[in-house]
Amino acid sequence: MYIEKAKVESIEKINEQTFLLKLFSPSIASSAKPGQFCNVKVSERTDPLLRRPFSICNVEGESIYFLFDIHGEGTKLLSHKKFEDEIEILGPLGKGFVYDGSYETAVIVAGGLGTAPFPFLINRLSKDKKVAAFVGARSKNLVLQHGLKNISVATDDGSVGFHGTVVDLLKKEISSIAKNKFRIFGCGPNPMMKALQKYAMENNFDCQISVEAAMACGFGICQGCPIEASDGESYLLVCKDGPVFDAKKVKI
Amino acid sequence: MSIDLSVNIGALKLKNPVLLASGTVGYGNEIAQFTDLSKLGGIVTKSLSLKPRKGNPPQRIVETPSGMLNAIGLANVGVEVFIKEKIPFLKELNTTLICNIAASTIEEYVECVNILKGEETIKAFEINVSCPNVKEGGLEFGNDINAVGRITEKVRAATNKPIIIKLSPNVSRISDFAKTVKQNGGDAVSAINTLVGTSFDINTRRPKIKNVTGGLSGPAIKPIALAKVLEIKRNVDIPIIGIGGIMNWKDAVEFMIVGASAIQLGTVNFINPNAGVEILQGLEEYCRKNSIEKLSSLTGSYQI
Ligand SMILES: Cc1cc2nc3c(=O)[nH]c(=O)nc-3n(C[C@H](O)[C@H](O)[C@H](O)COP(=O)(O)OP(=O)(O)OC[C@H]3O[C@@H](n4cnc5c(N)ncnc54)[C@H](O)[C@@H]3O)c2cc1C
Ligand SMILES: Cc1cc2nc3c(=O)[nH]c(=O)nc-3n(C[C@H](O)[C@H](O)[C@H](O)COP(=O)(O)O)c2cc1C
Ligand code: FES
Repeated sequence: MYIEKAKVESIEKINEQTFLLKLFSPSIASSAKPGQFCNVKVSERTDPLLRRPFSICNVEGESIYFLFDIHGEGTKLLSHKKFEDEIEILGPLGKGFVYDGSYETAVIVAGGLGTAPFPFLINRLSKDKKVAAFVGARSKNLVLQHGLKNISVATDDGSVGFHGTVVDLLKKEISSIAKNKFRIFGCGPNPMMKALQKYAMENNFDCQISVEAAMACGFGICQGCPIEASDGESYLLVCKDGPVFDAKKVKI
Repeated sequence: MSIDLSVNIGALKLKNPVLLASGTVGYGNEIAQFTDLSKLGGIVTKSLSLKPRKGNPPQRIVETPSGMLNAIGLANVGVEVFIKEKIPFLKELNTTLICNIAASTIEEYVECVNILKGEETIKAFEINVSCPNVKEGGLEFGNDINAVGRITEKVRAATNKPIIIKLSPNVSRISDFAKTVKQNGGDAVSAINTLVGTSFDINTRRPKIKNVTGGLSGPAIKPIALAKVLEIKRNVDIPIIGIGGIMNWKDAVEFMIVGASAIQLGTVNFINPNAGVEILQGLEEYCRKNSIEKLSSLTGSYQI
């Protein structure tokens, strides 16, 4: 884990509200694993006060990428960063995806900005693994395909691809993949992860989900980001024990 | 010029006045990856209770202008696990360890102290009186001056180690509470704990944190914390540990001027886990520039 002052190498707008940020961050680049995140300082002032968590979207040499949406003040400030600006980032944080194993196809299920961690995962998968990516968005202009491959799209309004949720699309298409062994990797808003978890558990699929929680520190000292363990007896910390969990281990 | 950074909190001697606050450093292990804790005056553990506590359901925190609200619900491992699993690491840190205790009855405070007092690594106890109790009708002990007096008295009787009572700011006259602590044998007070606050979503009309209310911390509370420290300093002769919204060395100096003998850093650790070391460097630099030989001479040096 490092605190690194990273210089902006590029910032690119990839649709009407989504940005791809490339930073020079050698220490984090060399130690990050797919599914991990960084806690990013978006301002030098006290408002906004807390860092903002973002998945590591990809690693390329000594650079890392974040893919983000303008949501509120913090992400707006981040979108105003320019070439050569310095951004202080803390990471890599949390536990990422477990992606080794004997499965043949990595089934990616992503909603909205939930596609963010997958370019990195796809890069690190061993070459013999196939990828099937299912991507959901509210409508056509918000579909994110950056860094993915073999993509099937679902939109809430049906403006492109399957009309419905990405989990419903997965249910419809899974038979074409089920012939070989697969592992599901999910990331998206918590209600979507809940639907994916339910489907995976009912069918006893091998499934890992990346969940979101409000965070202050991002590395385990504030206890601000709990998620209930499936036994109901204790809380796990999304920042430290996650954000990626085996779907069987947590209650969303 | 060599500057003497050491301070005394009653019988407790610290190599410098920079402490990390309860609930904002866990048990030291995670933050140690980002900062050299041995350089600091000390760290205060997350509040420990007799039995482990699971804590509140999410959402536990929300950001507010220059601050945050938290309702963690005192999630902690409990004293037994603390001794078995956390003390061995803390022992190696080479920093002063202050153990913070939270309880829902007076007897539970005493029992925790009795279990922990034999641990040589623990140099002092900080008693968190700001948690709701069951016995006294669900109120905070921190609002009840008689309860604070009795807790101080009983804990004092249980140990010779220095006792710091962490005061709640959610009272009308905090100096009366500090007076009670002194009268009942407490060594020092720390001020302040968080202020009760809340935040609602205007679309759903629901509270943003599950517990409805939470404790406000961060730079937003600094002026209140400073006023509370000053009030105690002007009315009671007892060492004060100043806490509330400290982000940098200037804030730390300000707290010392109004009366703090030492300071604790809370929320800033989440944003800059190396803040303690940086603040210490800033304090040393300030002393050098102003020809201050003993940092402790700043305490209560206000000109009003
Ligand atoms: C592990 C993790 C990985 C993430 N990865 C990405 C990513 O790759 N790309 C991306 O665009 N977004 C990602 N998010 C969500 C991102 O952190 C929020 O969009 C961002 O914090 C919003 O900040 P803001 O100031 O713009 O919004 P505001 O709504 O003004 O923020 C107010 C407060 O709420 C918190 N908050 C708001 N939304 C979220 C959220 N969804 N999750 C957690 N905290 C939130 C903020 O951190 C801030 O403290 C991730 C969240 C987590 C927990
Ligand atoms: C997330 C969080 C958890 C806290 N937990 C405790 C605790 O367990 N016991 C305690 O005495 N104070 C606790 N506090 C209060 C801090 O120790 C401190 O008094 C307060 O946050 C004000 O300081 P700050 O503005 O520098 O954060 C907590 C504060 C925060 C933000
Ligand atoms: S965000 Fe602080 S413990 Fe997870």
